[in-house]
Amino acid sequence: MTESKEKRNKAYWAANLRLIMITLCIWATVSYGFGMLLRPWLMGIHIGGADMGFWFAQQGSIYTFVCLIFFYAWKMNKLDKKFGLEE
Amino acid sequence: MSQFMINMLFVAGSFAIYTWIAIWARAKSTREFYIAGGEVHPVLNGMATAADWLSAASFISVAGLISVGYVNSSFILGWTGGYVLLATLLAPYLRRFGKYTVPDFVGSRYDSKTARLVAVVCLIMISLTYVIGQMTGAGVAFARFLEVSSTAGLIISAVVVFFYAVLGGMKGVTYTQVAQYVVLILAFTIPAIYLSLQMTGHFLPQVGFVGDFADSGQPLLHKLNDVVRDLGFQDYTADVENKWNMFLFTLTLMVGTAGLPHVIIRFFTVPKIADARWSAGWALVFIALFYTTAPPLAGMARLNLLESIYPGESTQEAMVYDDRPEWFLKWETTGLLTFEDKNNDGRIQYYNDKNATYVDTTAAERGWAGNELTINNDILVLALPEIGNMPGWIVGLMAAGGIAAALSTASGLLLAISSAVSHDLIKNTLYPNISDKAEMLAARISMVGAILIATWLGINPPGFAAQTVALAFGMAASSIFPTLMMGIFFKRINAKGAVAGMSTGALFTICYIFMYLGWFFIPGTNTFPNTPEFWIFGISPLSIGCIGALINFIVAISVSYATEQPSEEIQKMVESVRYP
Repeated sequence: MTESKEKRNKAYWAANLRLIMITLCIWATVSYGFGMLLRPWLMGIHIGGADMGFWFAQQGSIYTFVCLIFFYAWKMNKLDKKFGLEE
Repeated sequence: MSQFMINMLFVAGSFAIYTWIAIWARAKSTREFYIAGGEVHPVLNGMATAADWLSAASFISVAGLISVGYVNSSFILGWTGGYVLLATLLAPYLRRFGKYTVPDFVGSRYDSKTARLVAVVCLIMISLTYVIGQMTGAGVAFARFLEVSSTAGLIISAVVVFFYAVLGGMKGVTYTQVAQYVVLILAFTIPAIYLSLQMTGHFLPQVGFVGDFADSGQPLLHKLNDVVRDLGFQDYTADVENKWNMFLFTLTLMVGTAGLPHVIIRFFTVPKIADARWSAGWALVFIALFYTTAPPLAGMARLNLLESIYPGESTQEAMVYDDRPEWFLKWETTGLLTFEDKNNDGRIQYYNDKNATYVDTTAAERGWAGNELTINNDILVLALPEIGNMPGWIVGLMAAGGIAAALSTASGLLLAISSAVSHDLIKNTLYPNISDKAEMLAARISMVGAILIATWLGINPPGFAAQTVALAFGMAASSIFPTLMMGIFFKRINAKGAVAGMSTGALFTICYIFMYLGWFFIPGTNTFPNTPEFWIFGISPLSIGCIGALINFIVAISVSYATEQPSEEIQKMVESVRYP
């Protein structure tokens, strides 16, 4: 492997890891945070007839998960292009 | 036309479609048999993954399970959130690796036959325990809707699966799963929409759930809280005391989901890495359609059931037993509903008689002598069309949907088992020199064997069938997921580390489960009673998988750093998996 290629691969992997970290932080915040551990503090906020924690535990987290996976796929595919690593 | 004929038509019609697909999608090479040629469109693979994932238990039991209220939210979060882990940590890289099975990756990455065999053992234990529930589920669906014995129903299902799975392998399984997804999602969402319109006036159950109850104008969830409180139950939206255990349980379900082999192999079937990423998103879209509908359905169906037992208000008199409606009669004969008139007033008092304060106050004042109605949770979905006075074709659709959910998951599991046997045991361990043609024959014979074993286990389910979910998710979380993830993200992990990690993680998890649920699930052999006071650090046996995963990580990393580096070649291979 040439040196520039190795450098490029390292940068690509670092960018991927950063993106995974961001994705998983949001993943944990909506499900374990809003939906579970922070629920007692969010009781005052309502989404329709549900309190925010309840809504995130039974509805909101799932919508967020879907968005997160598409966001990750879109960003990674762009990253592939930027680094010239498309199949 | 009688209801029986309508149900027959729907089930036979769906079977005709599956059979037609089986003939159309015959596999001609091992590549087609194991990964459908690697040519499945990402959206179709997403649908097939959703059908693979949504099992008989999800279809029939999940709504009942979560109708207890907020306390059971873990199931909803756990069975969807795992896909984020799968999409970011496993699917694209395993697709890049480009082989056929999960143990195949483990064996090549760690360059070790032992690691491959340990992975095969874990995979078979996970998938076999999981498939028992699917086969019994198919039997139950048949028995409920088509009035045949569940054994006959089970054998009919096995024959249909045999047809498309043995002929078509992954290719046949994939395209039938797409059809099965369509059937099952229609069967699940149409009654939910119907119910939502009746109770809240909203077309989308997801909107109706946070909307107002049509009869009283107050928010549906408040109405639900009022009604269940009137009967001594815990509030529907009540918070959970032991958040620690809820956290661990959800994490175990999420990590376990990402580590289930029959789900992982679905991502081997798409053409490119970019497709694997998109496909995970589509899979979750189709799964989300189901899992965002389930909570509103659960809440509304529970309210609907309570309203029909207490036709006035929950504070007024209960239904008279002699005037019980037809659906009540029908489900009484199945034993899923049982009534015992404890205070001899001829009315059906249904309430929480385990709530001591309620029993001493309200129940005593009303002259109640104990809860008189035992309701199996599955009733909420199975009897939904009848309790809600829905048209006959909806019942027929639900029959086809329940069976589709069972068959699609069963076939995915059977494929994971048979490919691990033919590819990892026969081709890569015992007879490395067999031809492609011979391997395909081996794959087909393994599939026949797997179907026969699964059918036998379905007819004679071991007593522990109900506990298997704990075992399957605990095992997948503690053995498969960490080993795959470290294989991609930590170059330094070697074969010794992986084998030690997998074995200790899985053994620890199994032992903890056995300690509370009985050794080898034999009743009465448990070391401690399975109640919160006896759980170590408040961790229930269902939640232990993620601790097992942590142990796997720690052991694998420690052992790897204490022993030699993986070879240059292996390190290059890990590199290659990371870059498209």
